[in-house]
Amino acid sequence: MASEAVYTHRDPMLKKRDDFEDILEERRNSSDLRYALRCYTPVLYKGLTPSKASELKSMVLQSDQLHYVINQVSIETGMAADEVQAEAAAILEEMAHRLQISTVRFFAFTLSKVFKTLFRSICVNEEGIQRLQQAIHEHPVVLLPSHRSYMDFLLMSYILYTYDLALPVIAAGMDFMSMKFVGEMLRMSGAFFIRRSFGGDKLYWAVFSEYVKTILKNGFAPVEFFLEGTRSRTCKSLTPKLGLLNIVMDPYLKGEVFDVSVVPVSISYERILEEALYAREMLGVPKPKESTSGLFKARKVLSEDYGSIHVYFGQPVSVRSLAQNRVNRSQFNLTPRHIPRKPGEDIHSFVNDSAYRLVRAQEENMVLKPWVLLATLLLQNHHQSQAAGQKQGMAVDELTEQAVWLRDVSRQYGAFLHWPDHTSPSEVVSSSLSLHRGLVRISEGRVRLALEQAGGPAGGRDPRSAASPEEELLNQAVIILSCASYRNQALHVFIRPALLASAIHSASSNNKQEVYNSFSFLRNMFSNEFILCPGATVQDFEEACYLLVKTGALQINQQEFVVTERGHRTLAFLTSVLDPFLQGYQVVCRFLCEEATEGLTEKQFVPAVRKFIIKHLLTGRLRYAEVLSSDLQKNTLAALLRLGAVRKLKGGEEQGTLKVNKVMVNSLEDTLGGKLPTQKAVVARL
Amino acid sequence: MASNSSGGGSSDRQRIAQQRLSRIAGHLQRPADDNSAILAAECKAQGSKSGVSGGGKTVPRRRQEIMKWNGWGYNDSKFFFNKNGQAEFTGRRYRLSGLIIPGLKDWFEVTFGASVLHKTLAPPILNSSAVQPPTLNEAFVEELKSTGIPSSHDAEDRVFRAHGHCLHEIFALREGKFGRIPDMVVWPNCHSDVVKIVELACKHNVCLIPYGGGTSVSSALECPPEEARSIISLDTSQMNRILWIDEKNFTAHVEAGIVGQDLERTLNESGYCTGHEPDSMEFSSLGGWVATRASGMKKNIYGNIEDLVVHIKMVTPRGVIEKSCQGPRMSTGPDVHHFIMGSEGTLGVVTEVTMKIRPMPEYQKYGSVVFPNFEQGVACLREVAKQRCAPASIRLMDNEQFRFGHALKPQVSSIFTSFLDGLKTFYITKFKGFDPNHLCVATLLFEGDREKVLQHEKQVYDIAAKFGGLAAGEDNGQRGYMLTFVIAYLRDMGMDYYVIGESFETSVPWDRVLDVCRNVKARIIRECKEKGVQFPPLSTCRVTQTYDAGACVYFYFAFNYRGLSDPVHVYEQVEHTAREEILANGGSLSHHHGVGKLRKEWMRESVSNVGLGMIKSVKDYVDPNNIFGNRNLL
Repeated sequence: MASEAVYTHRDPMLKKRDDFEDILEERRNSSDLRYALRCYTPVLYKGLTPSKASELKSMVLQSDQLHYVINQVSIETGMAADEVQAEAAAILEEMAHRLQISTVRFFAFTLSKVFKTLFRSICVNEEGIQRLQQAIHEHPVVLLPSHRSYMDFLLMSYILYTYDLALPVIAAGMDFMSMKFVGEMLRMSGAFFIRRSFGGDKLYWAVFSEYVKTILKNGFAPVEFFLEGTRSRTCKSLTPKLGLLNIVMDPYLKGEVFDVSVVPVSISYERILEEALYAREMLGVPKPKESTSGLFKARKVLSEDYGSIHVYFGQPVSVRSLAQNRVNRSQFNLTPRHIPRKPGEDIHSFVNDSAYRLVRAQEENMVLKPWVLLATLLLQNHHQSQAAGQKQGMAVDELTEQAVWLRDVSRQYGAFLHWPDHTSPSEVVSSSLSLHRGLVRISEGRVRLALEQAGGPAGGRDPRSAASPEEELLNQAVIILSCASYRNQALHVFIRPALLASAIHSASSNNKQEVYNSFSFLRNMFSNEFILCPGATVQDFEEACYLLVKTGALQINQQEFVVTERGHRTLAFLTSVLDPFLQGYQVVCRFLCEEATEGLTEKQFVPAVRKFIIKHLLTGRLRYAEVLSSDLQKNTLAALLRLGAVRKLKGGEEQGTLKVNKVMVNSLEDTLGGKLPTQKAVVARL
Repeated sequence: MASNSSGGGSSDRQRIAQQRLSRIAGHLQRPADDNSAILAAECKAQGSKSGVSGGGKTVPRRRQEIMKWNGWGYNDSKFFFNKNGQAEFTGRRYRLSGLIIPGLKDWFEVTFGASVLHKTLAPPILNSSAVQPPTLNEAFVEELKSTGIPSSHDAEDRVFRAHGHCLHEIFALREGKFGRIPDMVVWPNCHSDVVKIVELACKHNVCLIPYGGGTSVSSALECPPEEARSIISLDTSQMNRILWIDEKNFTAHVEAGIVGQDLERTLNESGYCTGHEPDSMEFSSLGGWVATRASGMKKNIYGNIEDLVVHIKMVTPRGVIEKSCQGPRMSTGPDVHHFIMGSEGTLGVVTEVTMKIRPMPEYQKYGSVVFPNFEQGVACLREVAKQRCAPASIRLMDNEQFRFGHALKPQVSSIFTSFLDGLKTFYITKFKGFDPNHLCVATLLFEGDREKVLQHEKQVYDIAAKFGGLAAGEDNGQRGYMLTFVIAYLRDMGMDYYVIGESFETSVPWDRVLDVCRNVKARIIRECKEKGVQFPPLSTCRVTQTYDAGACVYFYFAFNYRGLSDPVHVYEQVEHTAREEILANGGSLSHHHGVGKLRKEWMRESVSNVGLGMIKSVKDYVDPNNIFGNRNLL
């Protein structure tokens, strides 16, 4: 049970948060043009030696690091060093940003217009801005915003421009570049482009990492990238990608800078622009390739109300303090630092832990709107009434009562909930519902999910008047997945107590050790699905116990858990939060045991498992349409791969073929379903 | 700059004055010598045979006659703020002596947030009653008396030899706190006296701690509090003769207790020098240099102590160790000199050393170069190292230290000079566009025959120009070197006004120089803030030596401690983290200060387990009963 303490999570959850200011308010009252043309003089890094973008490129190309790799590549490939150098220059040309203040001003003007039409307000915590300004002055800064929308990085730069802060240089995926004009515009507003995959390309990696480090070390600009790697289609934080974080931490670890400040930024949208797009994508409708014309088609988006955005600039985190007593920096003393080395185990685990911690910091400061709670409740209600064969939907009064209850619970758990206190709960509920009228129907005083004509315009255009049951199911799933994406925004608040509640539910006794074993099993199983810091099982367990005991849902008497009278409601709610995931993982396991063919490859996995799930949903053996989410399916596979229940063959003709250990997968499924006790042996093996 | 090493006519008067002072000191010493005169005759005769040992000696047995008991240096030399609030330096020994330094008060008050109105004076007189009575080993004392070697258990004598010059040591003295101190002081007169003392110490199992110039900054002289045996401080200061000079081989054979200034002055009389000039050379001794692997300012021409030493004689509990010949280089297994050099008094007492000597340089010239920033300056020093054309000394001060040096400018005599100064400043900052908050200065010292010096000078200035450096005159250079000799006096004054500080050093490969400087300075500032220091500290560095593969970096760190309940503890914590920062950034544990007890916790990680085991096994063989029990290094 003893696992080494990594971080204490309890304190930050209950910390005080700053107040917000709406930056659109001023935009509505004064000239956008003057705003776009105003004097822009940001505070810069104190150690900065000012230089132009072209000088930056030559610094990169002349660096010892790059020279070393160029020579290496030249020896390995037999190419002349000049040619390799030219190739490096070409890579850099393709990658580098060309930040121009005129383009920034253009964006400042246009985005003001766009934002004012789309959003009611853009709220920013100004104290966070002040802290950021201080941090930029003191140390090189890395900005780590959450990633839920394409809008994120434009929004970030817009806010920084508004507050007269140094504009960041942003790591963007190459797919943007294919949008000819827009790609260049983004480049001129500070984006630089990286290929999505360059696994073995030493030269590319060297140019890329040196480019980022040079910007950072010299303090030219804050570096911004997305820890989650890509937009989260589910609105649940994604497990962090470590590549760029490794790069930005490297200058500190090697002593090239005194410290690096990492600033997690939480961007919460009341309504996400890509809402339905994401749901379709996860259901297997392929993602539209980014193209300029596609962007213009998105114009109809402009006529809708997307509520407000909250952007919270978190406390800057010092990499130096993170690394204290974790990394022995003198390990770099004995080889020249410009020779690339694979980071050792200690550094890998340090960066990994830090990454999780930073994603959690993003989660903690995500603003939750009342709708998030309503979506959670409506989804639970939908599935329960579906199972019981009752009438769909719930009475508005009942929904309001439950929402108020859930509001109080989530606040006790430390949620950053924006529930207008001066308005009556029923008004809060009705205004939330009206903003999301695409997802809910209100009739006869009852609220239900808008499932019946969910096909929407696409369905309308369908030449056949009657949709097949499968199509109907997928159309409903779009609505359900959209709702789930709102519920998911609150998952980080409930996940630890929910794991505990499920563990109590499935453990063979209420003995603390038994429950812990069960908790530990579930936590391990779901660690690709939710943000659960590696090695922090004990802390998570204790945090969950603390929260449930503090809120009076649970008592611990002599190593025995006792659920209190009022606790049953909380625990029932919490188990329902986790239930779709539990069921989903089981179905995927069942698929692998029952239907997976010998030669199943990773590529075929999602379509095959989707078919299997549709079958189960149609026959009513499975209630949760959200299991159709390819995200959940992929996460399950990743977990099984991690646990060794499935192996992926590498190389040869069988590249990517999945080898399933059916005995193990089967036992995992049974354990998830509570049919098998979480034996110590199972836990140990995992 | 110490009086003896500054060229030009003005220093002649000082030299004479200093010799006179030394002679007076010699007179004062005489009555004390009387009782041992006959018994020490054997040694004296040996000394007089060579006839080299002329002139007055600086250090008397009773150091208190000329030196401060609770601060640095001579009793007559100190900084103070006069009635007009202007800083003045007393005495007649130094170039600054008797001068008013108008810029110092402002610099001091602005840098530290200190005020000349907030004073905290140390008690002027040593309170002997606070000193622990000595624990004497009667049998040892008895037998020692029969040898006739002078000794004392007077409180003042003992306190004087219980400390070096670490901040915590001086601070404790000023507070009148004395911990474990030696129980007795002995003054051997020659090698054979030392042999007798060591034999007796072994026989009676007493602890011996060799004492040379007392300038240690590594807690090396501190008596281990847990030491239950009687502790004898073996003061080598009276073993201070040059026994012979061999002009054929360019060597001199010298007793190890001689202090730097006496060694140079005496050799100069014969037209020679060793060229070994550590910043502490006024007081530090030859034996101490050997025992700590000292480094001199002019090592680029003359080498560090390990390059200068030809032969060493050391008395250990196992007997005397020395080589059988004076060959200039040998391949005879591991060099046993390297067991001795850096042994920090844990193995025995160095009694006599044969050193290389060189003809005195015909010509000396100071110089300085201003760089737009520290980075450029370091790049220039690296280039100089690459071309192996470093002058006798080349040092690069950072911006803070440049301003510090500037504040030490004595009052200028004429309006014309101050006008010229203003013009220079205007040229550098306005015309050349140097940012006064970033520019830094390299100080240079050239030595050799006149023509070569001028040629050399041109070469170095040409390199500097490639890195944006501008020649900034001899005066700036000379003042830079003066800083190192008066800094310890300044620290004493700082302590009168709630400011404490210290220096420490490291050596580091070229690619790490900037990183170490930046990170260590920043770490000091951050730690001070975190430890509750109310005012921003002075955190500054300079690159003081260049090597082919790297450089030596020297840090000064000081802060105003008003508002802190335990300033020394805070100071020590900050110094500790600064050292950790150095090690994490690829710097060494020490370039020339040594390890002592202050830094021994890092020895294992510095030299590896096996390395430490090697050192330990030598100690176990040479001194199994830990007679040399100062517990340094291990």
